Amino acid sequence: MTDTEAKTTLSVTINGEVFEANKGELLIDACERAGEYIPRFCYHSRMQPVGMCRMCLVEVDTGRGPALQPSCMLPCSDGMTVNTQTELTHKVQSGVLEFLLINHPLDCPVCDKGGECPLQDQTVSFGPGESRFVEEKRHYEKPIAVNDNVFLDRERCILCDLCTRFADTVAGDKLIHFMDRGNNTQVNTFPDEPFASYFSANTVQICPVGALTAKPYRFKARPWDLEENLSTAWTDSAGARILVQSSRNKVIRLLGVDSDPVNWGWLSDKERFAFEALNSEDRLTAPLARSDGQLAPTGWSTALGQIVSLLADTDPDRVAVIGGARLTNESQYAWTKLAKGIIGTDHVDAQLGDGLDPELVLGLPRATIDEACTPGGTIILCGPDPKEEIGSLYLRLRHAVVHDGAKLIEITPVATGLGPVAAHSLHPRPGEVASVAAALVAATNGETPPPVSGVSAAEIEAAAAAINGPVTIVIGRASLAESADCVSDAALNLSTLPGARFLSALRRGNIHGALDAGMAPGLLPGRTTLEAGASRFDEAWPSVPGARGLDTAGILAAAAEGRIDVLLLLGADPLNDFPGRALASAALEAVPNVVGVDMLLNDSLTTHAGLVLAASGPTESDGTFTNLEGRVSICQQRVTPAGTSRADWMIAAEIARRLGSDLGFDSVESIRAEISSVSAVHASLNEAALADNAVDGVLVGGSGDIAAPESSGTSPAAHDAYSLRLVASRSMYDDGVALRNSPSSRGLARSVAIRLHPFDFDKIGVDRGTVVRVESAVGTLLVPVEPDARIPEGSALLPWAAPGAAVNTLIDASSLVTDVRVERA
Amino acid sequence: MPTHAYVTHAPGYVDNDGPKIVTKRFPLEDSYTFERFEATGGYDGLRSALGRTPAEVHSEVRDATLLGRGGAGFPAGIKWGFLPPGKYPYYLVVNGDESEPGTYKDRLLMERDPHQVIEGCLITCYALGLTQCFLYVRGEMALAQERIATALNDAYAAGYVGRNILGSEFSVDITLSWGAGAYIVGEETALIESLEGNRGMPRLKPPFFPAAIGLYGQPTIVNNIETMANLPWIMNNGSDQYKTYGSETSPGTRLFAVSGHVKRPGVYEVEHGVTTFRDLFYGDNFCQGIREGHELKMFIPGGGSAPWFFPEQLDLPLEARPVGAAGSMLGSGAIVVMDETTDAVKAALRVVRFYARESCGKCTPCREGTTWEERILQRIVDGDGRPSDIDLLLDVADNISPGPYPAAAHADAGLEAIPFPPKQTTICPLGPSSVAPITSTIRRFRHEYEAKITKRDSIPVSAGSMEVES
Repeated sequence: MTDTEAKTTLSVTINGEVFEANKGELLIDACERAGEYIPRFCYHSRMQPVGMCRMCLVEVDTGRGPALQPSCMLPCSDGMTVNTQTELTHKVQSGVLEFLLINHPLDCPVCDKGGECPLQDQTVSFGPGESRFVEEKRHYEKPIAVNDNVFLDRERCILCDLCTRFADTVAGDKLIHFMDRGNNTQVNTFPDEPFASYFSANTVQICPVGALTAKPYRFKARPWDLEENLSTAWTDSAGARILVQSSRNKVIRLLGVDSDPVNWGWLSDKERFAFEALNSEDRLTAPLARSDGQLAPTGWSTALGQIVSLLADTDPDRVAVIGGARLTNESQYAWTKLAKGIIGTDHVDAQLGDGLDPELVLGLPRATIDEACTPGGTIILCGPDPKEEIGSLYLRLRHAVVHDGAKLIEITPVATGLGPVAAHSLHPRPGEVASVAAALVAATNGETPPPVSGVSAAEIEAAAAAINGPVTIVIGRASLAESADCVSDAALNLSTLPGARFLSALRRGNIHGALDAGMAPGLLPGRTTLEAGASRFDEAWPSVPGARGLDTAGILAAAAEGRIDVLLLLGADPLNDFPGRALASAALEAVPNVVGVDMLLNDSLTTHAGLVLAASGPTESDGTFTNLEGRVSICQQRVTPAGTSRADWMIAAEIARRLGSDLGFDSVESIRAEISSVSAVHASLNEAALADNAVDGVLVGGSGDIAAPESSGTSPAAHDAYSLRLVASRSMYDDGVALRNSPSSRGLARSVAIRLHPFDFDKIGVDRGTVVRVESAVGTLLVPVEPDARIPEGSALLPWAAPGAAVNTLIDASSLVTDVRVERA
Repeated sequence: MPTHAYVTHAPGYVDNDGPKIVTKRFPLEDSYTFERFEATGGYDGLRSALGRTPAEVHSEVRDATLLGRGGAGFPAGIKWGFLPPGKYPYYLVVNGDESEPGTYKDRLLMERDPHQVIEGCLITCYALGLTQCFLYVRGEMALAQERIATALNDAYAAGYVGRNILGSEFSVDITLSWGAGAYIVGEETALIESLEGNRGMPRLKPPFFPAAIGLYGQPTIVNNIETMANLPWIMNNGSDQYKTYGSETSPGTRLFAVSGHVKRPGVYEVEHGVTTFRDLFYGDNFCQGIREGHELKMFIPGGGSAPWFFPEQLDLPLEARPVGAAGSMLGSGAIVVMDETTDAVKAALRVVRFYARESCGKCTPCREGTTWEERILQRIVDGDGRPSDIDLLLDVADNISPGPYPAAAHADAGLEAIPFPPKQTTICPLGPSSVAPITSTIRRFRHEYEAKITKRDSIPVSAGSMEVES
């Protein structure tokens, strides 16, 4: 290094050894990297240090003589000399530990944290041998429920501020706080306000003592009895990395793993407690066949035999497959190969009419989460509320905006969970998002934006002026009552912003893996189309469909007209998931053979399936997962599959074999090998790469052969003054099948209500809580009405799949927007 | 109908013949009114400041070596110079959260001459080019709040505060805030947290001064009420005149609040640095001696946080540096005098209990340690002490404030003075403050502790032994 070169590291002397620390690195981290672990309680690498516990005090000399300094608060500086092993340091650390222990109950034998407790561990390493405290300890009521799932034992709390800091600075739900002062300081909720945060159980994971415990794990196991492995969360598309822990062949806890490009160790409570559904008593443990109108267990051989005879006798064009986002990448490939390469149908769609055009998602330039969160960049949210749908993504985006100076512009029909931190919030009337996007682009080019109903030109100009640095557009369906075409057109308009990149916010599990595996009409595995990939797949597969098939809306429409004979539902529930209940219902009525492959029965299967095959769950089989960035990470089997359930790829392979064909693989590794041989974008995705990047995963970038589609030029019908335009959006907790089967999540769905701007109340003549009749062109619902100032005037918000009110009865998937009349019932 | 004597002034101030820089209106019955203030040269200091450039005002204050009166004694003019240029807006926060045990001087300044404080704030704002001042008054001081609020209203109405003050380009808003009853908010960073609407807990250092990052993340000057009250006089009379009072290193006068076993307790304006403790306690102008028939046992020279002094230290001047070298501090100018009837252990318990109650709970050693100290002391006072408790107390104290703790010389025991300040494992000095009474009294009056100790440490092994002698 020459003198003219900027020095990128700092020389710090740690216990006599010179260590090169990074600029801005905290001393506590530098020491740890240098092999000198400094004990700590309040420090967390993903949060601002507060220096409260005083455990990390070490003697630091910055030229003015050695002084005690909290190493978690001190950035390294050149020439700093640190001694972590002086007599004074030992005395002080042991003194702090003694202070922490005097009021700590030492009920380790009955404490869930015992065995994995930082207080216990560090007391052994750094603490005093015995107690000198003879007085009575501090007493509080034993655990109080701070919310439905999290319990707080204040006697064990050492007041490190980790949970309260997490709630405030990471989740943005400042609902737990210090109360009282001095020796009576305690963490608590505000009176009558529970810690109602979607991220509450992260506090349990980071609690350095057993003060915070979560219901699903309380008193279930001791840490030394647990077996664990690394895996990927499956309830949304963020692909949060998790540790799956089991005891006696039963998964009992999931922990977040700190993956730098993805979830930073955080999980939403939905991801964290999702394993409960896999342990549900209602899990399918054997295939079911309908006899006398009832689904009853049957043997695999019988069930597979029936399916094979159905498929063998049916024209491929009359076979359709809906769903597949639940599956691993390997199972998705197996099913695509079965459907498209062996059966020969292209009517395959992993999305249920609630997603986006796959060519838009794959064809536009893609951003990673890190790229979206670039400090000083701009995030345009033109999609769903990440707080409700993709919790881990919400935390990353919120961090970028609150702590890293990224700017957020919302273009959503109603304010989202990120609204409070957004620099600009544009709320176009449903159906007009593309016009607002166009106006925004025009304003960035210095043109005067055209007026767009719902959003003023001044608002658009102000938002355009704020666009700075790299631009990432988070794209997805903000409302399922609005056609995907509106969003596509908005995305294509925004794609003309210089350097614009897109981060898909399709939320359903491994949906991006499904698109990569070609589980969409017109696509083949590896981000390629039927046309572009035909020659390659003609060699690899027995056959390739000749013409582009139907998407879910098309399949259901065809089915309703009697043109589908076999409908395979791969973890799909069209009745509840498809925006258009009438069509879904008519289609299921009309299809003679509905076959499900699932872990739990859903409404569509219960009412219409003739056969249901039992699939194993995400903790019961190996594979990989592709998240919304295209990042591939491993999922690992932790426990044996429930009953006789089988991995989805095995089911596909068995059906193929019985059809007289062979998928050509016998393990997930062999499927992965075939994927990387047939898919150009997956060419470098091999076992070594996955093993080397076990925590962060392997980013599979590029659009392959896919080009973004052309704009469809949507323009919704004029808004009539007597109607309200419907917004139907998902919430974290709804009436989904998995949540219904999770005891911890079951009760958390909010009671259904239609939400209107308070100004609309007088026009309709209703009061808060009045039950109203909501009537659209295709259906009617009776729900109570609630005022909500976040809803623009003229719009109405209904939650998707809320208990007791299926909003998709109001929606017709073929219309661009859904207008509803709201009247007193 | 019950009759109440209308309290025009809270008691406490005692007039003396010395120079009057901040108390000149105190003897007047209506000193707190706008009319009286204007009639006695009020706001002349502001007029004088507005006639000069801000830089000139700043250098006048710097030349006066006006030491901060909040306790640390840092020169105000130097502190003002720490504001990073160009990082506007700056804020001025005036600390009227006077809560140190024994201190009641700022309360009198606010009750008896609130306009003088406001004038000082305006001069500071002018000198530093800032337009927003926050005046934070302790929650319990109802009369001070009423008077300062009335004074501020009058000053706004008369055009001394607000837009274009006295027709100049200079505009300032002063916002009043009341405390919510926490001692720790007297610490400047905790006060800033409280002003922001947060729980009053000290911030971590660095940054060592809020001048770098303070209120709402902006550069902030935090000054004491008494510091502000000195400024009008300095503007009117100049720094040279100011330095004719007091000593060279500590010019001017200071308010000392003396309480305890003296004949005439009260707040005295005393020439800084030239008067000694003996003058203050025994002088006819001042406290007139220890109460009849008793003699001095010990005294706290600078508020509850200060290590204690004894008769040997009586001839020290009232000046920060010599007092610091002698093992204590002048702090906020609160002196508590105790005669020989005082039980040293109970007195220590009383002060320690205050700190245990007032600990904010943020950092471990203070939150847990102060209460532990209190409980050990309580046990000793209750007659349940064990011989090992004295060493235990000292060791707990050492874990809050490691190393030799500041202490006065103790000639009889051959102990040298240990200079101020102490080391600390805590974020702020509250925890170490609780150590002062413990080390001070154990060092000097260990026999009083031992006399109270009645319990054995543990039952001797032989007494309960089941072993059979061979």
